[in-house]
Amino acid sequence: MDDIFGIPAPLLFGQLLLGLINGAFYAMLSLGLAVIFGLLNIINFTHGAQFMMGAFAAWMLLSLGNVPAARTGFALMLLPLAVLLLDWLLAALRVAHRLRIGLATLFAVLWAGSVFMEGGGPISGALGTLFPQGLSYWWALLIGPVVVGATGILLERLMISRLYKLDHLYGLLLTFGIGLIIEGVFRNEFGSSGLPYRIPPELSGAWDLGFMFMPVYRGWVVIAALALCLGTWLLIEKTRLGAYLRAATENAALVQAFGVNVPRMVTLTYGFGVALAAIAGVLAAPIYSVNPQMGTNLIIVVFAVVVIGGMGSILGAILTGFALGVVEGLTKVFWPEASATVIFVIMAIVLLTRPAGLFGRA
Amino acid sequence: MSARGEGPVSLPRRGLLAAGAAAAALGGLPARPRAQANTIRIGVLTDMSGPYRDATGPGSVVCTQQAAAEFADRGFTIEVLQADHQNKPDVGANIARQWYDQGVDAIVDVPTSSVALAINQIAREKNKVHLNSGAATSDLTGSQCSPNTVHWTYDTYMLAKGTGAAVVRQGGDTWFFLTADYAFGHALQRDVSRFVEQAGGRVLGAARYPFPATTDYSAFLLQAQASRAKVLGLANASTDTVNSIKQAREFGLHRNMRFAALLMGVIDVHALGLDSAQGLLLTESFYWDLNDRTRAFAGRVRPRNQNRPPVMVPAGCYGATLHYLKAVADMGVQAAKASGVEVVNRMKAMPADDDAFGPGTIRADGRKLHPAYLFEVKTPQESRGDWDYYKVVATTPGEEAFRPLAEGNCPLVRS
Repeated sequence: MDDIFGIPAPLLFGQLLLGLINGAFYAMLSLGLAVIFGLLNIINFTHGAQFMMGAFAAWMLLSLGNVPAARTGFALMLLPLAVLLLDWLLAALRVAHRLRIGLATLFAVLWAGSVFMEGGGPISGALGTLFPQGLSYWWALLIGPVVVGATGILLERLMISRLYKLDHLYGLLLTFGIGLIIEGVFRNEFGSSGLPYRIPPELSGAWDLGFMFMPVYRGWVVIAALALCLGTWLLIEKTRLGAYLRAATENAALVQAFGVNVPRMVTLTYGFGVALAAIAGVLAAPIYSVNPQMGTNLIIVVFAVVVIGGMGSILGAILTGFALGVVEGLTKVFWPEASATVIFVIMAIVLLTRPAGLFGRA
Repeated sequence: MSARGEGPVSLPRRGLLAAGAAAAALGGLPARPRAQANTIRIGVLTDMSGPYRDATGPGSVVCTQQAAAEFADRGFTIEVLQADHQNKPDVGANIARQWYDQGVDAIVDVPTSSVALAINQIAREKNKVHLNSGAATSDLTGSQCSPNTVHWTYDTYMLAKGTGAAVVRQGGDTWFFLTADYAFGHALQRDVSRFVEQAGGRVLGAARYPFPATTDYSAFLLQAQASRAKVLGLANASTDTVNSIKQAREFGLHRNMRFAALLMGVIDVHALGLDSAQGLLLTESFYWDLNDRTRAFAGRVRPRNQNRPPVMVPAGCYGATLHYLKAVADMGVQAAKASGVEVVNRMKAMPADDDAFGPGTIRADGRKLHPAYLFEVKTPQESRGDWDYYKVVATTPGEEAFRPLAEGNCPLVRS
């Protein structure tokens, strides 16, 4: 085949395809950030840690049967979900607000205490007995986002919701700090070198495309990411729920006056954004090693993607994610040393010429 | 300050000064409380919270304590302290100064070359001892060598020679490098290239990726594949190495290329899993399942080490500390505490022998000599159980494994 700009054409095609695959991750992560920023006005710097928690959830679920630390870890990760369910149940039974808070706190303390009991306690014990083989990748794809999303909901209810009236900077600092804490806890518990996670057997292997060797799993990631992005976009732009959300962004008081529970909607939106990060984490687990730093490495680039696309613009986040993946891929061919910088150069240019981002409304 | 004491160590600074002043008034003794004159204090300065934690960190502390425990009742007491240098030279230097001033006699481990080179200066300035196990740079026994330092476990030269030349001998004569774009990666690529070319091989190309911002290596792996080289040389470390191998297998590079990981340990193999790591070639100077002595040593350490066998750098802390304590016992605690140079000279004069590394010697430039092993990672079928990961492919004797004395430009040797 011919050369294009001195690079063999097969290599160039391969790089374009790889760029799309990496772009899929950028799109998924920046999508969650855009949803959260668009509706909550919170710059969610915990996103990288939540992405990492998704990957860890996948590993823990797979290792429930044979790694005690995985059982303990997952029992703790389940805690927010359990507290939320209890709270919901008590609310349904019309228990008074203060009593509900007291009971939920007591429940959380007992749950956490049991996990730290000698030998793991009843909850992690039950997890080990129920799932001696662990739970597969597909279960993780379902359970991981729910569990991690619940941690997000609790986080929003307990802390982030107190900052809505303040400047953006406070939310950024809070979420940044929480992200560092989560990362530190995982590093202390699971070490820094990472944990093995295999590509699920159904998706292992590769297609020979002639110009390159295309792993099946990467193809699956692109399809999953496209479906997720499209689904989210449709949800927010084309459904009644999405219309409420967008209306609440414009004028929360008015929407509330129409009888919509805006605070709950905001909470669930944050949970949804976090769940998106967790799905990306589960999808990433077989490709990158599952380690506490995995989110930090990616999150800075993803923030640049969001800024270029326009803060809060969902379509912008998706399209920019894929496009920058491709630009980065091409840079890796022509000037590998600059591949980490190119996205930030673009960000600087965009900020200077269109401060609201390519798709943002000024 | 992140220095954390274990045992009766953290004497308040003011108390120490007062005691020192009193002692000085009594008879010009060094600024140290009298009760501790018969105590050897060893500080393990290591990475407790960063990327090298699993390969050094708590394991290094456990192995140093193991050496101290095996050396009990020789007429002096031994205290082991620990601190986290966070891989930052300034943090490490602060802790080292404080420790040495508070009567710590030797600092052990110090992974991360930049921190190690800083401690190297301080130990010399204070005339104390620096027993390095964790750092890779061969400058510690080269241009930056010091009469107060022993570099025990491994260095970049040993890694480059051990893997580079051996892989060419096995038929891997064309190489493509995947290199972390900073000083360490460049140095490793340069050194390995030299050995590959000396052994008759050729380097076909290299992709330098931005460090530490890169997590996806597929684009560079595609370039490696297009080069048609037989060997993919990984001039990187820790998570980068793990991720690049995982992804190289994903893209099918293992079907017509061998992977040579130039700095990789059993911890990284554990993180990768045998499915992805099988067939890798790598060089280390210690593996727990080498012989009866290493197995016995691992058996002693395992219960205190989260039931894991010790890995190379912690084993080096054990060997270095044990040999240091032997020298201290040989020359007497008072003499040992008075001069770091004298202890290191005694260590160089005495033959070394321990369960982890076997018999060996320390050269004039501070380089400990012991064999280097080229390992191949087992397949999942070959592995008989937990942590059974390596088989020995080649053994290089200590005299050949490390850089020849004359080539290091160590000022101690010329004078």
